[in-house]
Amino acid sequence: MIKDITIGQYFPGETVIHKLDPRVKILVSFAFIISLFFINKFYPYILILAYILTVTKLSGVPIKYVLKGLKPLTFIILITFFINLFMTKGVVLFEIGPLVITEEGLYQSLFMALRLIFLIMGTSILTLTTSPISLTDGIEKILSPLKAIGLPAHELAMMMTIALRFIPTLLEETDKIMKAQMARGADFESGNIMSRAKNLVPLLVPLFINAFRRADELAMAMEARCYRGGEHRTRLNEIKMEKRDYIAITIMVIFFGVLVLTRYI
Amino acid sequence: MMIKIENLNFIYNPDSPFETKALNNINLEINEGDFIGLLGHTGSGKSTLIQHLNGLIKPTSGSIIVDGVDITEKGADLKSIRQKVGLVFQYPEYQLFEETVYKDIAFGPKNLGLDDSEIDSRVKKAMELVGLDFDSLKDRSPFELSGGQKRRVAIAGVLAMEPKVLILDEPTAGLDPRGRDEILGEIKDLYNKGNITIILVSHSMEDVARLVNKIVVMHKGEIAMEGTPREVFRRAEELESMGLGIPQVTYFMRKYKESGNDVSSDVLTIDEAKEELLRYLRRNGND
Ligand SMILES: Nc1ncnc2c1ncn2[C@@H]1O[C@H](COP(=O)(O)OP(=O)(O)O)[C@@H](O)[C@H]1O
Ligand SMILES: [Mg+2]
Repeated sequence: MIKDITIGQYFPGETVIHKLDPRVKILVSFAFIISLFFINKFYPYILILAYILTVTKLSGVPIKYVLKGLKPLTFIILITFFINLFMTKGVVLFEIGPLVITEEGLYQSLFMALRLIFLIMGTSILTLTTSPISLTDGIEKILSPLKAIGLPAHELAMMMTIALRFIPTLLEETDKIMKAQMARGADFESGNIMSRAKNLVPLLVPLFINAFRRADELAMAMEARCYRGGEHRTRLNEIKMEKRDYIAITIMVIFFGVLVLTRYI
Repeated sequence: MMIKIENLNFIYNPDSPFETKALNNINLEINEGDFIGLLGHTGSGKSTLIQHLNGLIKPTSGSIIVDGVDITEKGADLKSIRQKVGLVFQYPEYQLFEETVYKDIAFGPKNLGLDDSEIDSRVKKAMELVGLDFDSLKDRSPFELSGGQKRRVAIAGVLAMEPKVLILDEPTAGLDPRGRDEILGEIKDLYNKGNITIILVSHSMEDVARLVNKIVVMHKGEIAMEGTPREVFRRAEELESMGLGIPQVTYFMRKYKESGNDVSSDVLTIDEAKEELLRYLRRNGND
């Protein structure tokens, strides 16, 4: 049930996309998001779609899996769609009672919904093809120049690593505690909002208690192994830019350049 | 009350890179009054199987018939099934959540919609069954109890629903030998009081050998053996190849027999071994 969430879920593999330097992938994803917002008409979406399909194909991740990332966000996509559909003023296409659909509204709502869908798919590919560890390594490296102005890059990255590491554990545990309480007749699925919220107590209390206990144990285990933050810490596998990374950057710069240009032609 | 499992298959995360076939064509009958030991190495599918028995997991295919009702069908009354088939998870102390021991144990009966006086008597009875003193513990916070006591509170929480079938998933995991013996003793007493069917999941032969009257061994998602403890422990080599052992005293008697002593190796407990050895030594001494 809760396991449908793909964002943050790694799909193991050995493809070019998997092997790209995480920094390159993170920056490309950012460029992707920004260029999405540069697009102001429909036809460049064809390029975006082609990009997503090509990268997905190269990465060996089944497209179904990329689409799964949309599922938990369906609600947000729908809300965006309907708000734009009904709230945009312009030439009236048709009216259903108090609801007015305009030509501009239809255009705008489709445009925004597609933008969101592509945004999610594009970023899902990043998390699907990059293991959490290399993702945080990449973030640490990208942020490390900011250490000069006092940003605790290593600590931030470590916090993210730990958080990512414990997401599956927490999901598993949620599943287990839910089942254990259901075995005692608890009901998480019916009732109104108030009683549903109340019914969550038997789930949330043990979940929090266990999370704190885990945090405590982890802190102790880290201390026992003399962890003391980023200073002078070296790593086993340094991330390094390779030829494929430079090729990827070149291709992407041209691609995003073209996307931005479509704004003016 | 009888449980009948037919052609049960279960796959975790189907159609994904993490697909795991956890159960493969399981067929099993559990009869009223059975005391079954469900054994198997870690990952053999024991926990997955028992979660099917009260409808917490829906099978990928196959059917589970409890008391004549197929619980895999849509619209099956899961609440009444979960009352009839009580399931104590592994490390159940991690699911405690109430302010007091009393309230936590009362959670199940309350969900069944019982009235307060009935709940009260059930909590008392359940605490007595697991050896917890009602008056001194009922108002304590479950979180300040010892590990063994917490586990008893959690077990009492399921017993208070008065299930006809009680399933315990590795109830002794992580306890010291004394705590383990106490819990196993209480489970045995509960069974001896009658009117209950018990399934005890374990990976320890020692624990199970002296308690149960039937053993089911699982291996890689399948049922590998089924029979009385004696029947199963005769197949020591097979058990070992599955990463399981036989009780140490049975093992000792086998070795002793192999080294040329005419004893029966068909023993399960230290007492039986003692009897057998005395019988053998006396007879030899008389020759
Ligand atoms: N929640 C889950 N998600 C995915 N796979 C699981 C889950 N629980 C168990 N498994 C897998 O199913 C198999 C059987 O596990 P389990 O029933 O827990 O075995 P046991 O209780 O005998 O140790 C194992 O391979 C395990 O990794
Ligand atoms: Mg288990």
